[in-house]
Amino acid sequence: MATAAIARHPAAFWDRVWMWLTTVDHKRIGALYGVTAFLFFLLGGTEALFMRLQLMRPEQNMVPPETFNQLFSMHGTTMIFLAIMPLSAAFFNLIIPLQIGARDVAFPRLNAFSYWTFLAGGIMLNTSWFLGGALNAGWFAYSPLTGLTFNPGHGVDFWAISLILLGIASTAAGLNFVVTIVNMRAPGMTLTRMPVFVWMTLVVSFLIVTAFPVITVALIELAFDRAFGFNFFSVTAGSNPILWQHLFWVFGHPEVYILILPAMGIVSEILPTFARKPLFGYMFIVFSGISIGVMGWMVWAHHMFTVGMGPVANTMFTLTTITIAVPTGVKIFNWIGTLWGGSIEYKTAMLFAVGFIAMFIIGGLSGLMHAVSPSDAQQQDTYFIVAHIHYVLFGGSILGIFAGIYYWFPKATGRLLGEGLGKIHFWLTFVGFNVTFMPMHFVGLNGMPRRQSTYAADMGWNLWNMVETIGAFILLASLLVFLYNFFRSGRKGEQAGADPWDARTLEWAIPSPPPEHNFDTIPQVHGRDAFWEQKHPHAAPVPAGGANGQLHPAEHQGGGHEPIHMPNPSYWPLLVSVGLGIAGYGLIYITHRAPGAFSLNWGGLAAIVVGVTFAAISTFGWYKQPAAGPEH
Amino acid sequence: MNGRGRLLPIAAAIGFVGIFLFWILYYGRTPETPQSIFEAAGPVARMQLNLFWWIFWAATIVFIVVELAFVYALFHFRRRSGDPLPAQTHGNMPLEIGWTIAPAIILAIIAVPTVSVLWKVLTLPNEGVRLEVEAVAHQWWWEFNYPSLGIKTANEMHIPAGTVAVIKLESKDVIHSFWIPKLGGKLDMIPGQHNVMWLQGDEPGVYYGQCAEFCGEGHALMRFRAIVDTKEDFDKWTALQKQPAGAPTTGAAAAGRDIFMGKGACAGCHTVRGTDARGPVGPDLTHIGSRLTIAAGIMDNTHDNLAKWIADPEGLKPGNLMGTVITKGKFSSDELNGLASYLGSLK
Repeated sequence: MATAAIARHPAAFWDRVWMWLTTVDHKRIGALYGVTAFLFFLLGGTEALFMRLQLMRPEQNMVPPETFNQLFSMHGTTMIFLAIMPLSAAFFNLIIPLQIGARDVAFPRLNAFSYWTFLAGGIMLNTSWFLGGALNAGWFAYSPLTGLTFNPGHGVDFWAISLILLGIASTAAGLNFVVTIVNMRAPGMTLTRMPVFVWMTLVVSFLIVTAFPVITVALIELAFDRAFGFNFFSVTAGSNPILWQHLFWVFGHPEVYILILPAMGIVSEILPTFARKPLFGYMFIVFSGISIGVMGWMVWAHHMFTVGMGPVANTMFTLTTITIAVPTGVKIFNWIGTLWGGSIEYKTAMLFAVGFIAMFIIGGLSGLMHAVSPSDAQQQDTYFIVAHIHYVLFGGSILGIFAGIYYWFPKATGRLLGEGLGKIHFWLTFVGFNVTFMPMHFVGLNGMPRRQSTYAADMGWNLWNMVETIGAFILLASLLVFLYNFFRSGRKGEQAGADPWDARTLEWAIPSPPPEHNFDTIPQVHGRDAFWEQKHPHAAPVPAGGANGQLHPAEHQGGGHEPIHMPNPSYWPLLVSVGLGIAGYGLIYITHRAPGAFSLNWGGLAAIVVGVTFAAISTFGWYKQPAAGPEH
Repeated sequence: MNGRGRLLPIAAAIGFVGIFLFWILYYGRTPETPQSIFEAAGPVARMQLNLFWWIFWAATIVFIVVELAFVYALFHFRRRSGDPLPAQTHGNMPLEIGWTIAPAIILAIIAVPTVSVLWKVLTLPNEGVRLEVEAVAHQWWWEFNYPSLGIKTANEMHIPAGTVAVIKLESKDVIHSFWIPKLGGKLDMIPGQHNVMWLQGDEPGVYYGQCAEFCGEGHALMRFRAIVDTKEDFDKWTALQKQPAGAPTTGAAAAGRDIFMGKGACAGCHTVRGTDARGPVGPDLTHIGSRLTIAAGIMDNTHDNLAKWIADPEGLKPGNLMGTVITKGKFSSDELNGLASYLGSLK
């Protein structure tokens, strides 16, 4: 028993801590991402519960307006940047190298750096609660409400600087996975033989690498406005505050697909396994994923239909937005095609996956209703939108992520998550989710604006707000069941074996949990569903996916006979992140400021100098340290 | 497939879809509530509502068809012991092309009325009588000016029925959004940008409005009323608004006026036309006694509510400017009574 062993050998405990701090193993980093992001998910959920308590009845004063505004601002920021994105990153880390038959990601130490920088950003953002108050201007942080005049506290600075840090982490991770997927696939795994989850990760990684620079530019401008009195968004100096909205949503809409495509990839893995059929219309699913990624860049101003862009722009963005429903629909139809004629087994992972589809259909259709901009003028900034985003991001992303947790937990730990508790968890989640978010459609269409700390009693919203709060507590109960299941199964769960689901992709070909080097010999891939093909060599041939079915040159070389190089553990990435974190705090406090009066804060400057120096020295140490260990 | 009943899958599919449809159709619509979009009281809201129904039914039909097929498949193809390995089909090109094109066609059909309504709503109508109104947003109240009539008021917008109101939207601080659900969808009020929208009320009535863009601490308490008057009532209202404030008629009101102009320093921020109060910061109070609500639509305009508001503006609307000047306990209850009497008398 691990804990008992630790109790007997205190030294072993510190060895383990050191091992986690210096790890560059993609599986351990994936676990770190997963556990950290889940803690942030619980934090964001707690923030939501406080909001639901305040809105349970009209005209309550349980949570004062200023606190309420911080709660919803931080709930959005936390769920998007600290929960869903890193939970997806956890799956990228755990699964991608295994699915493509690689021993690690392309840049293992950069991977560790991504995690530690993410952690630094997450901690920094949340320390704002104790250092004068968190962001209170919404996760979208519209100018000029974020300007010094209306927002003298440091909450906005904490938000801006920590989001820059999170952007650095995400961009590094995105680059890492682009390079990994492009370069490190096992011989024979052509692009059209890649599992769909790998494809969606590739699309998302490109989106991250291209979208985050946009928000980073906006954040730097905002930080300069606030710290040094620049005038990027200063209305009194003649700036147009709509510039912020464009920059934010040019990033923000690809971000939506960054949040949903990984879940779509997860579901595309789970359905074929439990239906015992290959994915229906692989090429259509892959291409619709790519086109969603590309079209995601052309629709940003549908978040701005009511800013007065004029009929030409509104028409343009209405048309591009409804067009994006086509590839989304294609995915759903192909998933149904995958189930059709299958032999479907309802393990918990599969329940969450089909729950995802059922709920995502609703979220997608309400999204289509928003695309129709004239009637959206009645829906914009109401609870109808809140309902929509939660059907997409909770009914979509979160259910997909839970599906992935149940599916890959045995691969990561060697033990199965309990099925009985899992099913209770699923049904509580499914019911609680609908009880919480379906009524938000109703109150929204009946005129309830979002981001309200309170509401009048005579508006006809009382009943459904009460119901929503009850639903939120059902969701809390479902999470408690999950946590209990997680800890119980982690210690006492049934042994999983290498391939508990009779699955189709390469990660199931190796033991659970996988050895440090993943594959003893790098597998040779001959088609899609590479592992299924190994198990069923006499079944109907899987389409090769390569041009004319010819072997890729790499296939002839075979693989795995070279010696195994595993990367060295390294504390340098952690130290670089610590340096960046210190410098980040310095940036937050770089000046004493009031509108029109700025003076340098020497403490802040000192922190920047110390942090940057520390990071630079650590980067040099990173550079000098040999990447790979001795041969095994 | 042999041995697989169809009854359960069909029942499950209909049950699943039915629960959602019943829930949505039965509870989703409460037109009698003050801010429901389902009771359109003017042409803009009506066009938007008709378009809403069009897209709603299109979406609902898609929902029914897709979820029925989906839930049917979930039940019909569930695993039984002894199932053989299903056929390893990889796709069906005609089918896949078909369900790529079909949604595209549906969407193209939806796009036609959408674009048509979009231009009708966003371009000003050429015909009909027009009335120009300036709506100016402040954290967290509304100023309404009628340049052609020389009227300035706050938190209540009067417009005559059957007249196109061309509303110029401005903001003095952050971004707000002007929204009267029963008259039409919202448009943002952006500092430094002059948005214009048009609305029209068909029938006389009181319609609720509310700021729809998050604008800071008091966002939830930034409400207003739009009052659609008959032509005669509107003329009467106009005539009244053009008058300066009347002199107080009771002792309490006279005492309240003296506090208002003197110790209370109210006149530093508020204007009461016809008196020395010319403060430009807060709402114009010349005819506050004639309004339905106070403090930007959050309370009925009663004597007690006026006194309560003046006693503790910070407690009732945290963060508002008045609360930085008037702290709880500044006025005795006699003084509050006087102030409320004076304001109530400003009909």
